[in-house]
Amino acid sequence: MIEVKDLKKKFGDTEVLKGISTSFETGKVNLIIGQSGSGKTVFLKSLLNVYEPSSGTILFDERDVTKLSREEKQSLRAEIGTVFQGGALFDSLTVEENITFPLDMFTNLTFREKKRRAREVMDSVHLEGASRKFPAEISGGMQKRVAIARAIVNNPKYLFCDEPNSGLDPYTSNVIDDLLIEITQQYNTTTIINTHDMNSVMTIGEKIVYLKDGLLEWEGNKDNVITAKNENLIDFVYSSELFKELREYFLSTDKTSIDSIKPKENE
Amino acid sequence: MIKKFLNAFGEYFLLMGKSIRTPQKMSVFWKHLMREINDLGVNSFGLVIFTSLFVGAVVAIQMYNNFEASAFPIPASFVGYATKAVLVLEFSPTIISLVLAGKVGSYIASSIGTMRVSEQIDALDIMGVNSPNFLIFPKILASLIFNPLLIAISITMGVLGGYFAGQMTGNWTEDDYATGIQMYMPNLFYYYAFIKTLVFAFIIATVPAYFGYNVKGGSLEVGRASTQAVVWTMVFIIISELLLTQMILS
Repeated sequence: MIEVKDLKKKFGDTEVLKGISTSFETGKVNLIIGQSGSGKTVFLKSLLNVYEPSSGTILFDERDVTKLSREEKQSLRAEIGTVFQGGALFDSLTVEENITFPLDMFTNLTFREKKRRAREVMDSVHLEGASRKFPAEISGGMQKRVAIARAIVNNPKYLFCDEPNSGLDPYTSNVIDDLLIEITQQYNTTTIINTHDMNSVMTIGEKIVYLKDGLLEWEGNKDNVITAKNENLIDFVYSSELFKELREYFLSTDKTSIDSIKPKENE
Repeated sequence: MIKKFLNAFGEYFLLMGKSIRTPQKMSVFWKHLMREINDLGVNSFGLVIFTSLFVGAVVAIQMYNNFEASAFPIPASFVGYATKAVLVLEFSPTIISLVLAGKVGSYIASSIGTMRVSEQIDALDIMGVNSPNFLIFPKILASLIFNPLLIAISITMGVLGGYFAGQMTGNWTEDDYATGIQMYMPNLFYYYAFIKTLVFAFIIATVPAYFGYNVKGGSLEVGRASTQAVVWTMVFIIISELLLTQMILS
């Protein structure tokens, strides 16, 4: 579990995060949403300790990141898996070398053990047959899957994803969403995803945190999003006509949970 | 302007402080070091051999022409000596280092810069890897190990170039040239050449790494940083050349 208490971050005179308090539970997919410039990335990078918070506390299972020594931070970082927006794969390494990189750096596994673990993870993200290719030789969706595989290969307790669906077609985007749910449940990770993808919000958001102008404007889950009364959230989530109409349909038919509109097995 | 320069200077030393440390994982470091030796050193063999052979020949021909034009008779064997002296004192350590600054410097700045803009360095940092140590230290070590070897090869090839020039022009004999290159030259000249080479190797590895590591923006900025890196590396080589010459030879 990750708890954030009154987190503030300033760059010079500009206060980007103005006191955010929330928590992200273990074994759940937590989403951070908000318009560009709302402070999502700074919030995520503060959680990742890329940015030192100006004030406030960040607790990773009761360990206060702001008070950890350098060695403690280093060992905490080994418990974190991160998927970057662009994948951030090491382009001089093959897919398999990218995936085994955290194992090379932080474990004393033998070559065979590393290879076996890499195979397991590649199978779980459906990357069979790509091990010897370089990142530039595979599609964007595959690159994202390699990034996810690299993030989970060391069994992280915390998984952070920055825009994992950006630049992907709707089908691949759904595959990535399904994969993130699967991994969260399988590895019991605290998964935090920074996203703009409304489809993800509606389908995988077990907890949603909506930021506006550096403040936490609303929090809830994918079902609450339909019935939420917060005007800013409604304007943001239902900015497309299609989503607007869908919401009106849900509300008019009293279907206020995403699961309630999914077809039953015998339908 | 001065404040900006001093800031950059401070940042450079802080980056070096983070870079020059015991590697986190020795097995990964060795692998990385071997790759850097190949990329920075072995891949420069061709360029160094080609440049040195031709410049050695040119230096020998020019020396001969100058000796011929002299009012005092200078023995032809001095062509070999003068060629060797020019190569050891100046051409091989300095000019080859400047050539390497262009070739290797742009490679270091652009490869680290690309890693920066594509968030690969952020990925390393977040994983808990000391990114300056992981990326820059093997480059420093590879340059320090391999550049003296490249300079030694350059001196040899330059001397050989002078020999070939003599063979082709017929202006000086094989014996004259051999006598010339065997003439006594103080050991200090060789120390001077290799101390210079080590200092330049450090500059060639670290200045472009600093520029690459601090790139902000996209591919255009990587290109700009690469150009700036080469220019500043050359500037620092020239400045340190002057200082070293004053310190060692004066």
